[in-house]
Amino acid sequence: MAKTPTPTRQASRSLIWLAVLVAVLVAALGGGVLWGGASWMPKLGLDLQGGTEVILTPQLQTGQQITSNELAQAVTIIRNRVDASGVSEAQVSTQGSQNIVIDIPGPLDDATKQRIQASSKMEIRPVLLETAAAAEYVGADGKATPCPTPAGQPYAACPTPTSPLNSIPSTSPTNNSDLSYVTAALGNAYENFDCNSLAAGTTNVAPADKPLITCDDTLTQKYLLGPVEVDGTAITDASAQLGTSSQGVSTGAWVVSVTLNDAGATKFNAMSTRLYGYYAASSTDPRAQFAFVLDGKVLEAPAMIGQITGNTSQITGNFTQSSAQTLANQLKFGALPVSFKVQTSATISATLGSQQLLSGLIAGAIGLLLVFIYTLIQYRVLGFVTIASLIISAALTWEAISLLSWQIDYRLSLAGVTGLIVAIGFTADSFIVYFERIRDELRDGRPLSSAVEAGWKRAQRTIYAAKTTNLLAAIVLYFLAVGNVQGFAFTLGLTTIIDIIIVILFTHPMLQLAARTSFFADGHPLSGLDPEGLGALYRGAGQFRPAPTVPVAKTASSAREAARRQTIAERKAAQAHQTDSNDGGDD
Amino acid sequence: MAQTRFQRFGNDLYSGKRTINFVGGRKVYLTISAVLMILCILVLVFKGVNWGIDFRGGTQFQVPNSATTNQSIALDAVRSVDANAVVQVTIVNGNGVRVTTDALPDAELKTVTDKLAAGYQVDSTTITSSLIGPSWGADISRQALTGLGVFLALAFVGMALYFRTWKMSISAIVTLFHDLLFTAGVYALVGFEVTPATVIGFLTILAYSLYDTVVVFDKIRENTREDQGGQKRIFGESVNLAVNQTLVRSINTAVVAALPVGGILFIGALVLGASTLQDISLSLFIGILIGTYSTIFVAAPLYSWMREGEPKIVKHDKRVLGLRAKAPLETDGAAAAR
Repeated sequence: MAKTPTPTRQASRSLIWLAVLVAVLVAALGGGVLWGGASWMPKLGLDLQGGTEVILTPQLQTGQQITSNELAQAVTIIRNRVDASGVSEAQVSTQGSQNIVIDIPGPLDDATKQRIQASSKMEIRPVLLETAAAAEYVGADGKATPCPTPAGQPYAACPTPTSPLNSIPSTSPTNNSDLSYVTAALGNAYENFDCNSLAAGTTNVAPADKPLITCDDTLTQKYLLGPVEVDGTAITDASAQLGTSSQGVSTGAWVVSVTLNDAGATKFNAMSTRLYGYYAASSTDPRAQFAFVLDGKVLEAPAMIGQITGNTSQITGNFTQSSAQTLANQLKFGALPVSFKVQTSATISATLGSQQLLSGLIAGAIGLLLVFIYTLIQYRVLGFVTIASLIISAALTWEAISLLSWQIDYRLSLAGVTGLIVAIGFTADSFIVYFERIRDELRDGRPLSSAVEAGWKRAQRTIYAAKTTNLLAAIVLYFLAVGNVQGFAFTLGLTTIIDIIIVILFTHPMLQLAARTSFFADGHPLSGLDPEGLGALYRGAGQFRPAPTVPVAKTASSAREAARRQTIAERKAAQAHQTDSNDGGDD
Repeated sequence: MAQTRFQRFGNDLYSGKRTINFVGGRKVYLTISAVLMILCILVLVFKGVNWGIDFRGGTQFQVPNSATTNQSIALDAVRSVDANAVVQVTIVNGNGVRVTTDALPDAELKTVTDKLAAGYQVDSTTITSSLIGPSWGADISRQALTGLGVFLALAFVGMALYFRTWKMSISAIVTLFHDLLFTAGVYALVGFEVTPATVIGFLTILAYSLYDTVVVFDKIRENTREDQGGQKRIFGESVNLAVNQTLVRSINTAVVAALPVGGILFIGALVLGASTLQDISLSLFIGILIGTYSTIFVAAPLYSWMREGEPKIVKHDKRVLGLRAKAPLETDGAAAAR
């Protein structure tokens, strides 16, 4: 209430904070430009800048068909993967009856390419046999070197015999871990299988009800796996976390926690009972293991060291934090119903020419100029505070967007640009609400410096309440929606936060300081805050009163009897043109 | 310096010397809005919304190794079979042309392929056409709607807590739907294609509408408090005074928000002709105007109407009117709200 010199000090402190904030942002972005590959310009979205078109085609066995349901499911998963790095608003859709088209803004970076290409079909299969990969079985010259007949294994040894081997199990397998799946032909194929043949990213698929010969993703272990127990789509969540002992104390070791849906968990738990049986009998039995198979390669083959009963199981091992996280991501995002391969990848141009963006921006700029003119007419010199606030908020928004473009691949699409233009209205509204409140206080007869403080106190509440609804919309939509809507939420949240920063750290301090200048404090007609122009009447001694014909809008709270008496007193006072009828309200 | 006319208008509105009776005229205003809403629903039901390629999918032509990448060739080729078709032309790898448009029947497919082949000077057999699915699929819509539902529920609770009355939440959200429905109705009537950018425009309107309502409601909350002069006015008058006192703010904000958007809409249209920017700025322009209108003519009267029946308010109003009868000289600024 302007009794202490605090407002001026407060004001300079706020302005210093703003300067620090701007400086920090500029320094961060400048550092990024110099060393981190950032740019002073925000990155543009698909519609404005163009990007890369990637066409994915499913890896199907002959005769297999992909259903539209599976395709839709794949689109959702791939969209999540593409968006995992930020809010670039990539477009994912289907082409024809089986392809998926991904349009990514800008060039395709390696990380995103990996995420899409590691696109993958996840299966959980039990392990039948496991051996170290032995590249010496097939030499570089193509000649198969003699290999030992593995002792105690139910198949004939290599090299490939001349007569056809039996490929039909002699006895019908009773479960997916049954070694009777390993026919002589399969065993021979397994023994001759070269892990290096998987290196070139070739397809390695087997029907879900047949065994699969494969290796782990480092190509050092070779596996013969039983039929699929649980499909990867049953994995609902996977996360890396620190393991806890049975007492709930952290063991300090990283584990990967996997959650399955109910149907998947039922099958998985049945498998766990069987596998744990093998483990209990002999902890080195390969059949105690099961494998997470991603695109035909074994991602991880943990042994079943306990019986699983719930939906969640934990994989322990020699994980580091990053290896646990990688596995968790692969398990979570790898659960496509069918695996896909990149068929083509091509650069595409913007759908909206840069011409259009430019014309839009010019038109917007003309509109903004009109806003400036209107503000100056409405608020006179005070309008310059609005204009300065808008310019600073534009600069801050630009910096923030460039910074986010660099850090989380935020991209400005056409919708984003219009969002920013509409944000001018939201931002200006904070000033308008505030200025109108100051004017109201002036009309009630307050001197400017106290009108600024009182007006601010009231405007603050309104501004926070209104901005909170915007922020709420931004946060909820950001976390619950995807694609363009998420991008919108991001822009809305960003501009709202910047609005609040500007009004607190710039507009209010500027007015506090302006109220000290004689130009504003004496109510120069051009200041936009002259009490005379605002209808308050000059009463002498630097005080103003409302016009006598105007009833006082506010009275102190009081009991009903008191209120009645006071009302009558006021009325009489007003009629008699007395000057001390009430105290002009209070907050 | 004398007061400008607008300044005097603002002063008079604040002091109550001049009052526009928004609350009193609510029967008229709410009826107008109700009729408008019914019309909008009718338009939406019978004319329908023109969903774009992003929502419905369409046909895509790939023209590899074309001699030129002139976009207007593709535009003309498609428009020759469907004059109103929306066409997106993208240059692939610098020498290929990708043309995306609404789904075309086989006969038209052939025509367009031949025209594209002639225009881009390639053999028509090298041009492939395929159906593409929506890039804004049902899953995106579902997640967006879930988000909206959660937001509206939270906003409802938040406003009810802040304003201490759930009736403000109801009025604000009814007003929100009023604005969205109106904008959607106009959009359907004009027949513009709905693109993802349009949807973003709608979400912006949603945010604006609610924001504008909260600002005015905050003043209403203040004016209806007993200690802020509320004991001298009947409830409707307090609400009406708040709307009047914030009227200058409402006008200024609407002008400031609508000017840049209007700039894109009108100046841009002169320079460029219709384009995506015009589509979205049209929805925003209408949305901002209707958002401001509805706060004044729908939200506040609706709120007043909902609360006036409350026994506490009835009692309060009776007391105030009784006082006024005893003191006929009282000229309360916000008089005659009925």
